[in-house]
Amino acid sequence: MNKNTQNISPSATTEGFPIERAEEKRHSTFVDLATRLVKEKPLGLVGGIIVLGLFLIGIFANFIAPYGYNDMVLSDRLSPPSATHLLGTDNMGRDMLSRIIYGARISMIVGLAGAAISAVVGFLVGGVSGYFGGKFDMIFQRFVDAIMCFPSLILYLAIMAIIGQGLVPVILVLGITTGFMASRTIRSAVLGIKQNMYIQAAEATGTKTLNILLRHILPNIMPVIIVGFTLTVGSMILSEAMLSFLGYGIPPPMPTWGNMLQGSARRFMLQAPWMALWPGVALALAVYGINMFGDALRDLWDPRLRGGLGRYGKVKIKKR
Amino acid sequence: MAAYAIRRLLLIIPTFLLISLLVFLSARFIPGDVIDMMLAQMNTSGTAADMTRTNLEKALGLDAPVYVQYFRWLGVAPQKNGEYQGVFEGNFGKSLWKNEDVSKLIVERLPISIELGILAIITAILVAFPIGIYSAIRQDTSGDYIGRSLAILFISVPSFWIATLIFVYPPIWWGWSPPIQYISIAKNFGGNLLQFIIPGFITGMVMGGTLMRMLRTMMLETLRQDYIRTAWAKGLKERAVIFRHALKNALLPVVTIIGGMISMVIAGEIIMEQIFALPGVGILTFQALGQRDYPLIQGITMLLALVVLLSNVVVDLVYAWIDPRVQYR
Repeated sequence: MNKNTQNISPSATTEGFPIERAEEKRHSTFVDLATRLVKEKPLGLVGGIIVLGLFLIGIFANFIAPYGYNDMVLSDRLSPPSATHLLGTDNMGRDMLSRIIYGARISMIVGLAGAAISAVVGFLVGGVSGYFGGKFDMIFQRFVDAIMCFPSLILYLAIMAIIGQGLVPVILVLGITTGFMASRTIRSAVLGIKQNMYIQAAEATGTKTLNILLRHILPNIMPVIIVGFTLTVGSMILSEAMLSFLGYGIPPPMPTWGNMLQGSARRFMLQAPWMALWPGVALALAVYGINMFGDALRDLWDPRLRGGLGRYGKVKIKKR
Repeated sequence: MAAYAIRRLLLIIPTFLLISLLVFLSARFIPGDVIDMMLAQMNTSGTAADMTRTNLEKALGLDAPVYVQYFRWLGVAPQKNGEYQGVFEGNFGKSLWKNEDVSKLIVERLPISIELGILAIITAILVAFPIGIYSAIRQDTSGDYIGRSLAILFISVPSFWIATLIFVYPPIWWGWSPPIQYISIAKNFGGNLLQFIIPGFITGMVMGGTLMRMLRTMMLETLRQDYIRTAWAKGLKERAVIFRHALKNALLPVVTIIGGMISMVIAGEIIMEQIFALPGVGILTFQALGQRDYPLIQGITMLLALVVLLSNVVVDLVYAWIDPRVQYR
């Protein structure tokens, strides 16, 4: 019961002890999470710092990048890393470092916007489907089944072939399809929450369905959504890179880490191996950081993995 | 059990029909009309200069209304020659470009994708099991940190980048480059294996990372169960506790994931097949999308959907069969 009282409006403080205690706990959740991240999850912290760094690089790309992303200096074609071009230049004499910095901007936009769309679609499909249940759920889930039948890359390629290339199409396609896939997890979380007394109470007092969904269900599945969001950012960035690599994503001259590895990077890779090296390093580092961070968040939030039992298990094995 | 299996199989039908409709319609929406592309090609090659648009449409059966085309393709409406030949009769039609049966084209390519897929799955299991189990039984030790970081690294490093680098650095450093001409398994078994092992390994690492994380989580949960404490208490050796009691119980969801990898085996790995020039199903799909080869796209996706739907049922049945706690409902 203690858990449920958290969600009754905080103004009801005239009641007994559980509410006050619950409120106190709720207040410190995020601070608590941050301290635990720093203390218990060093790798997650490193991941978080990488993500933050990339985010800032993406925002301030125009100030950080030493050259424009499409500035061609043909006399400097294919020049190896040097003091003027820290990571070398490509076959059109464009500075690799600047292109990678601008690429961070695209990756961050695709990752964040795509994951945000995915979270919204996931909540709409999964939340509505799980809350209403019945025939509605049945029909919605068949659509989700149909989408989940295909390996994601084939699905993305097929849809991109229909609606054409570009930044916005990539974000929409990745976001919506991933949203449908994520809706399964959200649906099952909603099914669990739905059983709670406070939902029944809200229904009994005639609260509007939209309010129940947004004010009673949504806050309770927030951990699931946030962890899902973090991990989706990484997979979005990877998927965008794959699509651009196959020539179905964001077209040149806009530099993305995926399309920098495509075409000319492959043609000139023996003369200029740095063209194939650095975009991939950036990509791997970004996705690695995000996944580390997301993983740590999930570990901190997953009630099944919490508590002293783990240490207990470890000590036991060591003693033998 | 039989009733459950039959009910599950019947539930496939609506999903399958839904997929067929989606696949059929979406293939029609791909811009860049196939007729235009064919006429352009015919004009440049000079063949059939008298071929007009209407003639060509008629020859390909694209002149009928879309719903008629759909029912013909499904096999519930007669073709022009009055016969029922469609998906329900096991006939996926002919490729628009290659003038060959779609099913024949797919079957030709399938062994290549399956070989790649099997190598990948073997790698994934070899990577995931040792690291996953070790990470779980030594939770929060440095070994666990290294294992988990490795797993996340495998997932994060883009496979197409690693594959590209394999064509960049070995030639520069050692003057060796992976073969880019497909070697038939019948002609040269060793050469064929060598060609498949690198892409198989790269794909396997990615899958192994996912698998390892799943296995670790499941092992951690299982290791906290009461029966594990009982097993320790009755004085079993560590090996027996971990392998016979914990691993066996942790394995079930992992089986589901491995089952899910089957779709990948059938679909082929577009990127790996592309980079390593392996003519598998993945490349076929990629080309079909580029050439707007509707029947081929539809054929591949329908086959894929069918295999995935069936394998889901099989996985669920296996699941229920090995785990007595699972009930058929």
